[in-house]
Amino acid sequence: MSVLVIAQHDNNSLNSVTLSCIKAATEISASVTVLILGYHDLKVIEGLRPYKAVSKIIYADSSSYERFLAENLADQVVALAQDFTHILAPATTFGKNFLPRVAALLDVGQLSEVTAIYNAETFERPIYAGKAYTVVQSLDPIKVMTIRPSAFEPVTEQWSEDEQAVAEDRLAPLETLKKPFENNHSRFESLISSESKLPDLNTAKRVVSVGRGIQGEDNLKMVYRLAEQLNAAVGASRAAVDAGYIGNDHQVGQTGKVVAPELYIAIGISGAVQHLAGMSDSKVIVAINKDPEAPIFEIADYYIVDNLFRVIPELTRAIEKNS
Amino acid sequence: MGSQLLKIMVAVKPVVDPYVSAQIRLKPDLSGVDISGLKIAMNPFDEIAVQAVKDLASDGYVAKSVAVSIGGEQAEEMLRVALAMGIDEAIHVETDEEDLQPLTIAKLLKVVIDDTDTNVMLMGKQAIDNDCNQVGQMLSALLGWSQGTFVSAIKPDMVRDELNIVREVDTGLENLSVRLPAVLTTDLRLNKPSYPTLPQIMSAKSKPMTKVSLAELAVEIKQNYKVIKYNPPPMRAKGEKLSSAAELFAKLKTEAKVI
Repeated sequence: MSVLVIAQHDNNSLNSVTLSCIKAATEISASVTVLILGYHDLKVIEGLRPYKAVSKIIYADSSSYERFLAENLADQVVALAQDFTHILAPATTFGKNFLPRVAALLDVGQLSEVTAIYNAETFERPIYAGKAYTVVQSLDPIKVMTIRPSAFEPVTEQWSEDEQAVAEDRLAPLETLKKPFENNHSRFESLISSESKLPDLNTAKRVVSVGRGIQGEDNLKMVYRLAEQLNAAVGASRAAVDAGYIGNDHQVGQTGKVVAPELYIAIGISGAVQHLAGMSDSKVIVAINKDPEAPIFEIADYYIVDNLFRVIPELTRAIEKNS
Repeated sequence: MGSQLLKIMVAVKPVVDPYVSAQIRLKPDLSGVDISGLKIAMNPFDEIAVQAVKDLASDGYVAKSVAVSIGGEQAEEMLRVALAMGIDEAIHVETDEEDLQPLTIAKLLKVVIDDTDTNVMLMGKQAIDNDCNQVGQMLSALLGWSQGTFVSAIKPDMVRDELNIVREVDTGLENLSVRLPAVLTTDLRLNKPSYPTLPQIMSAKSKPMTKVSLAELAVEIKQNYKVIKYNPPPMRAKGEKLSSAAELFAKLKTEAKVI
């Protein structure tokens, strides 16, 4: 048994969803190879090397992989696939974009959003926006699957510098790929990112999320102040994104991001099934909504039925005063 | 050189109507999901794909549009809806097979496409029943066509035979140019589908619908996985109603210990 994990990064630093995939991989086998495809990605490689769970790193430093185009990534992964029994990538827009291509080119299926590993061929994954979880047995020779990062604690154990000094060969050996795969199908033009000093929504320990109840983009300031006090990422329901209050990259739900932070504060979110699918595994859920019938209250640990425009500033002040 | 008009095929799938999907339950013996009696509708992401065809057509980019669906009577109903929404013709791949898995669907669609002069394939990014988000990517790989997933804007460049697309990604909005032929999967913000009017529904009845049997497509129907069990989602204990922000702060600090 030998697992290949495809790393998610931005050519500069490793995204911790990769560490969650490595955790999932260790539940299958002790042999975990991580593939890093990028451009000028040396820092990513160095950042990953000390992790004890990594047996080997294969990497490429090529402009072909700078923008993570699906066609290029998939062809490269397929070229390496025969050495592995399992191929894992995070269930993010990065992994979802190319991994089904890998599966199709290998003539095997893909399991999406795996949330638990029973054994090397049996896995759990949600369907119907998490209203049910299926336990599925893969019948394919190579198991290709996306891992839901929020379902697996990132690996943390690293070789200390002292340990590395004693025996450098403890670090994962590196293998470099020389011949990159190019395609003439797709060309990257630009990326518009919302700049934020707040934590990344996919991996944040705390999330403050807004729904249509926030009533307008201007009122977001109040939410951002709370998020800053808590060092939380800002999420949103589909309704808030559709209304144009906040960008698509904040959407939490069945078709957006799936998060499971230690604290999730839902503000003015009614709690449609599709939203709950993206956050119901959070450790502590707080809901603030003036509608006493809001379905979000069904899954909240603490809830306040009141006007959010009163509660949020008060909560922010309480945190400020006590920090 | 460029200037080929778009010949679009759009795939549509019947699913439980999202407005009643809250009523979906696991069967008491955990042998499956009970959707009996629930209203069926077109997968909402596929509806967006159909609307996208209509929008591209009204901008003069489309030579021909075809909708395809695989399944029984419900698939045919979805094709009627697609025709009423403005698609020119339909292909119904008839089957009672219930567990067609994504790779098999992609292979079936490839055979259907191979028989046509399609140069753009559109479909929703995922179906809201199995939440797989795979078929478009698989189909693109099998066809050797360009791929654009999670698309929230499409602008054809007829001179270069390319589509300029915007993709909804975790880091924001990504702008790509994809060469024709291409497979695109649609995301939420591409458009707001408008429902067909009665005259449109009536006139759709005379639009052509080709019937193809599953066997005719000569694709091996293969199981890549089998479901061995259905588990209910984890239950959460009933929460506590609080009356003020101060009380909430205290609970989060001393009881839940998360701030």
